Amino acid sequence: MAILDSINPTLTAGWHRPDVRDLARDTGWRLKDYEARGGYQALKKLFAEKMTPEQVIAEVKTSVLRGRGGAGFPTGLKWSFMPKNAAGEKYIVCNTDEGEPGTFKDRDIMRLDPHAVIEGMIIAGYAMGAQRGYNYIHGEIFELYQRFEEALEEARAAGYLGRNILGSGFDFELFAHHGWGAYICGEETALLESIEGKKGQPRYKPPFPANVGLYGCPTTINNTESLASIPYIIRHGGQAFLDLGKPNNGGTKLFSVSGHVNKPGNYEVPLGTPFAKLLEMAGGMRGGRKLKAVIPGGSSAPVLPADIIMDCTLDYDSIAKAGSMLGSGAVIVMDETVCMVKALERLSWFYYEESCGQCTPCREGTGWLYKMIHRIEHGQGRAEDLDLLDDVAKNIMGRTICALGDAAALPVISFVKHFRDEFAYHIEHKRCLVPPEVQRAGSTFHTRLMAGATC
Amino acid sequence: MLSEATLQKIDREIAKYPAEQKQSAVMAALRLAQQEKGWLAPETIAFVARYLGMAEMAVYEVATFYNMYDLAPVGKYKITVCTNLPCALSGGVHAADYLKQKLGIDFNETTPDGKFTLKEGECMGACGDAPVMLVNNVHMRCFMTPEEIDRLLAECE
Ligand SMILES: Cc1cc2nc3c(=O)[nH]c(=O)nc-3n(C[C@H](O)[C@H](O)[C@H](O)COP(=O)(O)O)c2cc1C
Ligand code: SF4
Ligand code: FES
Repeated sequence: MAILDSINPTLTAGWHRPDVRDLARDTGWRLKDYEARGGYQALKKLFAEKMTPEQVIAEVKTSVLRGRGGAGFPTGLKWSFMPKNAAGEKYIVCNTDEGEPGTFKDRDIMRLDPHAVIEGMIIAGYAMGAQRGYNYIHGEIFELYQRFEEALEEARAAGYLGRNILGSGFDFELFAHHGWGAYICGEETALLESIEGKKGQPRYKPPFPANVGLYGCPTTINNTESLASIPYIIRHGGQAFLDLGKPNNGGTKLFSVSGHVNKPGNYEVPLGTPFAKLLEMAGGMRGGRKLKAVIPGGSSAPVLPADIIMDCTLDYDSIAKAGSMLGSGAVIVMDETVCMVKALERLSWFYYEESCGQCTPCREGTGWLYKMIHRIEHGQGRAEDLDLLDDVAKNIMGRTICALGDAAALPVISFVKHFRDEFAYHIEHKRCLVPPEVQRAGSTFHTRLMAGATC
Repeated sequence: MLSEATLQKIDREIAKYPAEQKQSAVMAALRLAQQEKGWLAPETIAFVARYLGMAEMAVYEVATFYNMYDLAPVGKYKITVCTNLPCALSGGVHAADYLKQKLGIDFNETTPDGKFTLKEGECMGACGDAPVMLVNNVHMRCFMTPEEIDRLLAECE
């Protein structure tokens, strides 16, 4: 069984995790196991059939694979932006800096299927004429950075990396780079700065990385899951991948379900799957309690109240129509024991802490937002605070170098919009609507092992 | 200043980048230096700067920007607990409270015997396995219920 549960597994097919705690006991991530389940067949097919780079990009376009890192930008289109005949080096960069609260899918890919990322990156390099790649790995999963280095050694020894790969005449080198605790490095240009050995502060765009990227050279940055989806697309065709999902939303996707469900974990389902189905796969609501709200795409996505999310399907279009974002596919589930002011307070602290400080609206605005939410939560809110929160948040949006500003503002705007009464209650009564002991009991220790899951 | 073994590891990092881009190895070099010395003293940062041919200030900027570099001594075991929202919904805050009470210290404090330092962390990308902790930046521990926390503390010599 792949991870916990899945429908039409493509990414997670054949994954093995015998012991959820002990990395050392993972089986199936090594080269021989990956090859046994069809690994590196896409690369071999590409060379055997002498596919041209243009054909590879065309397949990826057909698949309508949309970037799994958060923005949902079509991967094939992004690849076509790379200059074709530029002299000098080009780079492929994989973004494994997974730090968006709620998101933990790339960690499982790196843990159980690192060669899928490697194969995807080699194919990406071939398609875009790049001969070097880097995988930027979240510092907090250092053990998986080490595993990735081992996987790279295996791939080099087997001739999948290096000069003249499988006799094709194509050269590609790939290396791992680790972060060391900075959420902002998940932003693609901050990530490039970080690889260059600097503070991870985002760059102005344009120029876009496709023109001026790593070391000033044309660069394409993709999320780990996007790249790990590439081998399937090349092996089975873009149309087969598209058919797994629904029009304009190709493929299956990993959803990281956290919060008040019985079995938090990763679930692979086709895009377009009803939210209710995912909730059921994750064991339903913990303790049979009532669903209050869901953040459907990582902490930066607007929150949706229960009645809205229960009518959504999990795809970019449906969630966008409901007023939020599918983002990274991180589904944070909150039940009726949650105080929405307190939940927002914790998220706002995060953005305030992680702002890189370059832009005044973000640096100052995230601090103001946190201070206001903190005072509301602690019984010192003022009647005018709710409008002020909205005003400050909207004044950050669109006025910053990178999207962290929007990411900090959107939760605030949506929490206040959908749960205004609860915020107003705090201001008026100087306490939470949900009694503190109920909150604390509702969020006590819970793991999927306690709910009887085996992995 | 740094051991031969550490320098060899730094050299391996340098080799990952184009010849004129030695500076790209600074994050790994600081991490390796911290692993050897326990924390990054000003003279360690200066040494890394010389070794990579960088301005000291540029290395200092990197060391202060990223949260997992320690610019002051920490306990033998630095335990970082994630308390961000997804973890907090499944016991992240309870786990931090349990540790505080067991060790008799708050966040950003070190036990008097110098054995444990406690830190509050942000999302480690493992929220489905909450509560989650990092030991000395490099070792992740998941599903940290009180029994598991007791086991972890007992393992720390
Ligand atoms: C503050 C911030 C944090 C981000 N963090 C991540 C991340 O951890 N992983 C990721 O793949 N993309 C992250 N992104 C999105 C990247 O900038 C980029 O869009 C993505 O890596 C592109 O890959 P894709 O097209 O395959 O999704 C982040 C963006 C912002 C603004
Ligand atoms: S929006 Fe915030 S995080 Fe992004 S560049 Fe500006 S200050 Fe830095
Ligand atoms: S919120 Fe704790 S690991 Fe993500």
